[in-house]
This record gives sequence, structure tokens and C-alpha cells, in this order.
Amino acid sequence: MNAAVVGVGSSQYFKRGQSLPQTNLELVGTAILGALDDAGLSVRDVDGFALYSFGLDPALVAQTLGIPEVRFSAMLTGGGGGAAGSVGLAATAIAAGMADVVVSYMTLQQAGLRRFGASFAGSAGGGGQYSAPPSPEGDFVRPSGLLGPGQMFSILARRHMHLYGTRREHFAEVAISTRNNAIPRDTALMRSPLTLDDYFDARMISDPLCLYDYCLECDGAVAVVTTSVERARDLRQPPVSVLATANGGNGRWGQAITWMNMDDEYFASSGHRPVAKQLYGMAGIGPGEVDVAELYDHFTPMVLMQLEDYGFCPIGESGRFVEDGNIRFPTGSLPVNTHGGNLSEAYIIGMTHVKEAVEQLRGTAVNQVRDAQVALVTGGPASIPVSSLLLRRGT
Amino acid sequence: MTRPSGAPPVEIAALTPDSWTEPFWVAAAEHRLVVPRCTSCGTYRMPPSPFCYACQAQGIEWVEQRGAGVVYSYTVIRHAVVPVMRDALPYVVAVVELPDAGGVRLVANLVDMDPDAVEIGMAVRVVWDDVDAGVAIPRFTKAG
Repeated sequence: MNAAVVGVGSSQYFKRGQSLPQTNLELVGTAILGALDDAGLSVRDVDGFALYSFGLDPALVAQTLGIPEVRFSAMLTGGGGGAAGSVGLAATAIAAGMADVVVSYMTLQQAGLRRFGASFAGSAGGGGQYSAPPSPEGDFVRPSGLLGPGQMFSILARRHMHLYGTRREHFAEVAISTRNNAIPRDTALMRSPLTLDDYFDARMISDPLCLYDYCLECDGAVAVVTTSVERARDLRQPPVSVLATANGGNGRWGQAITWMNMDDEYFASSGHRPVAKQLYGMAGIGPGEVDVAELYDHFTPMVLMQLEDYGFCPIGESGRFVEDGNIRFPTGSLPVNTHGGNLSEAYIIGMTHVKEAVEQLRGTAVNQVRDAQVALVTGGPASIPVSSLLLRRGT
Repeated sequence: MTRPSGAPPVEIAALTPDSWTEPFWVAAAEHRLVVPRCTSCGTYRMPPSPFCYACQAQGIEWVEQRGAGVVYSYTVIRHAVVPVMRDALPYVVAVVELPDAGGVRLVANLVDMDPDAVEIGMAVRVVWDDVDAGVAIPRFTKAG
């Protein structure tokens, strides 16, 4: 695609609710200005927004930051599945000539009961601002006390264990390898070592998922700036090209975890299989050419299922794949979540993964994968669309 | 009225039916489990919706079930995500397949049984939880 990522920025990351008295608008503005400065651009260069659900209205951002003219503003539907795809949407707008400099961002502030972790609890259940409103479809889920994404994904995880012999030790390997990557990073919220004993001693939340299978709950913002390849060559940072992007999924994956009637063939999956096929087809490369993978890690088993769906191992083999040390940095065949992910660095609904992939391909990452040329970034397994992005060093 | 053990609090059971889901809940209040089946192609679907996903026809008939199910997958919730759930812990949320209705699945609690005894593939049967006047929620328990 004729598009390159040229700037990344973030606010400080906080544990849930601790960003006060800063406002959500302040967090996102800080991230956007940081990303533009990183690129050597200013707000006067921005003419587009490409987003995914739950951030902050770009109209408010534009008026606040003084962006002169907006020529493109669009959002992927769904939820956290759109993280990587929002940058793909920016690339699409640029390749179509609809905008020159497009900002993608996520910001969240989970003070009080505004918790994504309770996003299906409804107002009666105390779900707060991020809670989905009551719906006729929700009547078939909420009365059973299935109120948060972790509870829902634990049902997929249990099915995966049943079908393929996946064990909690495999989930632990995702948690521990990701924690190891967070330890040397100043930006990470969780920097103390995590052992297998710690993992098994932790409280069970939604069996089979324990505390360390869950991502963090955070406040903060991340912004990413995308422009054309031509313009990228003259900017401050070594450009990172958008090799391919895809978003979507099987129609009958649908609302997935709040529906649970997905086809049996891919129930215990990340929902990414069709998107992976589309992505590799567009890029003209396969999983063997990916040097580093930043896979959306809201819950550890979903990292395993993405390893399968993106072809790094056969379906059902992800437990053994991680057991063999393949996702460890720096020794594994495919270092995963080199920044510490949603699990141990910060949960900004997947946008930290894009930032890390860009730093890896610039060669400036804290946990630098040697000679990284191609990075995969995915959005969260969730309702469709789920999305992903292949980035390549240089233009 | 006596409620099943292991069922969540009534506060979260408020319903907001529409014209397509209401017959399910009317039958439920009478302790009848019904599932819509397409009158054109015979495909079952859940939750009730205005179109058949297989043939896009709208006509449905409500097929009453014996209430037999199979546990497709499940979780045992041991930590409350919101305060209202604390007194219900631990509770089991299962995805229950209905073999007599083309394998459609319901999300439902497993009640009146030991959470640690649940297994995928276990046969279950419906039990009714009268949460309010005229409102009953289907739960399941071990069959036999």
C-alpha cells in the first residue's frame, strides 16, 4: 500500500483510575502531539482520523488541538478488534487520496465503575459508562451472570483445552514470557518477575482463567500517524511501510462471545482465520516471513489461538508451540509482545502493539529483535471486525 | 418462591424483549422451552431474530423442547466482576447445546449441582428459575 507509519506517541500509562486529575482529552492530546513531534509534523499537517470504537470523538479532538481541516474521519465498527485495523483504515484513506496525514488513536480512562471488564453488566449490574445498553439479544446472556469479556473468553479457552489438550501451563507461558518483556521497560506497569508458582498461586477469576491470564486495567492514550510513502521519506524517522491490512471475519462469528453460536469448526479460535488469509494474500508473504508478532493479549488463551489462526503453528498445536519456547524474546523463533503487551505493559486496547511494532522496525525497541524486517500486529479477538496489520521496515 | 442454588441475583435478570424474542419469554414464564425454527428451510436459530441465517426467510414456528441439553463449554466464575454478583459466587455459566434443536446453543447457568462436577459433554436438563412475577429464566442441571 502507498502508506507508511511515521509517528507514534503516548501519554503516561496508569493503572485504572489513576490518571486523574488529567482528563481523557488531555491524555489523547498528549499522545497525538507526541506522535506528530515524533514524525516531525504538526497539527497543521493533520487532515484525517481513522479510529476504532470507544476512544473519544475526533470532532472534540480536532476543535481542541486546532486542526485546520479534516478531510477524512472514519471508524471501524466492533470493539478492540479494530486496533491494528484503524491504522489500516488510515492507510486505505491515504492510498485512496482522501487524506495526507491521518491520526489513529485510542484513549481510555476507567475511573470508578467505568470498567471494560464489566462491559456487559448493564446499569443494574453496575457496569457503568462502558457498559453495553440493554438489548433483546443481551437478555439471552446477562441473566446468567456472564458480564465481562474475561468470563466469556474463558468459555472459548475451556473448549480449546477440551479439544486440543491445551493446559494452564500454556496460558502461564504467555503470561510469563510477556512479563519478562515488560521488566526492562520504563513504560511498563508490571515489572516484577512472574514465576510459574506465582501463576498457580494467583486467585482464580473465571475458571480456567486466573488473575495473570487477564490483561491490566488502565488509563492512557496512544496515537499513530500515517502518511504516504513519498511524504514519509522526508520525515524525521525511518519510515515503516504498511505492507497489508485486513479487517472482518466470518459473518457467523458475528458478536461471538455475547452470542456463542459461532460455527463449531472455529468456536475455539480467535476469529482471525479469514482475516489472516486476507492479510497474507494482500502482502504476498506467509507467516514464515514475520520476524516479530504483537498479538492482542486481553486474555492469554487468545494469544495461543491467534498463533494458530495466523499460521505460526497448526490448529490446536499452540500449547506445544509456546511450551517449546517459541514466543520468548530473544531466543524464540517468533518473539511475541516484546513490549509487555496488554498483560504487563499497559492496556490501551491494543494500540501499544502498533507502537511497539513501529519501534521494532525502526530498530529502536527496548527489546529489539535482531534485524526485524516484518512485524505482525493484531486487534483483539472480539466481535467482528477483527483486524490486523503487516508492517515492513523501510519503503 | 424457592430459587435454584447457584443462580445469579434477580437484579441482573431484567428483560428487554422485542417482538421477535417475546414469545420465548412468554413460553419461559410458563416453564416451556421453545426455539424458533424456520418454516421455509427448517433451520433452528437462537436468539430469536427476524431472518433465517440459512435462507433469509422470516417465517418461524416455535418448537417446544424436552429441555435436554449437552454442555458445550463452561466457566466457573469465582471472582465477581461487579459487586452485585459477590453473594452468588461461585457460579457456573455454560454454553448448552440443544441436540433436539439442530444444535443451537443457549448461554445458561448450571444450578443445583457442584461446580467442580461440571464437564464438557455432560447431559443436562432445563430447570426454571422464577425470578419475578411472570419472568422465568431457563437454567440447567445435571440430567438423570
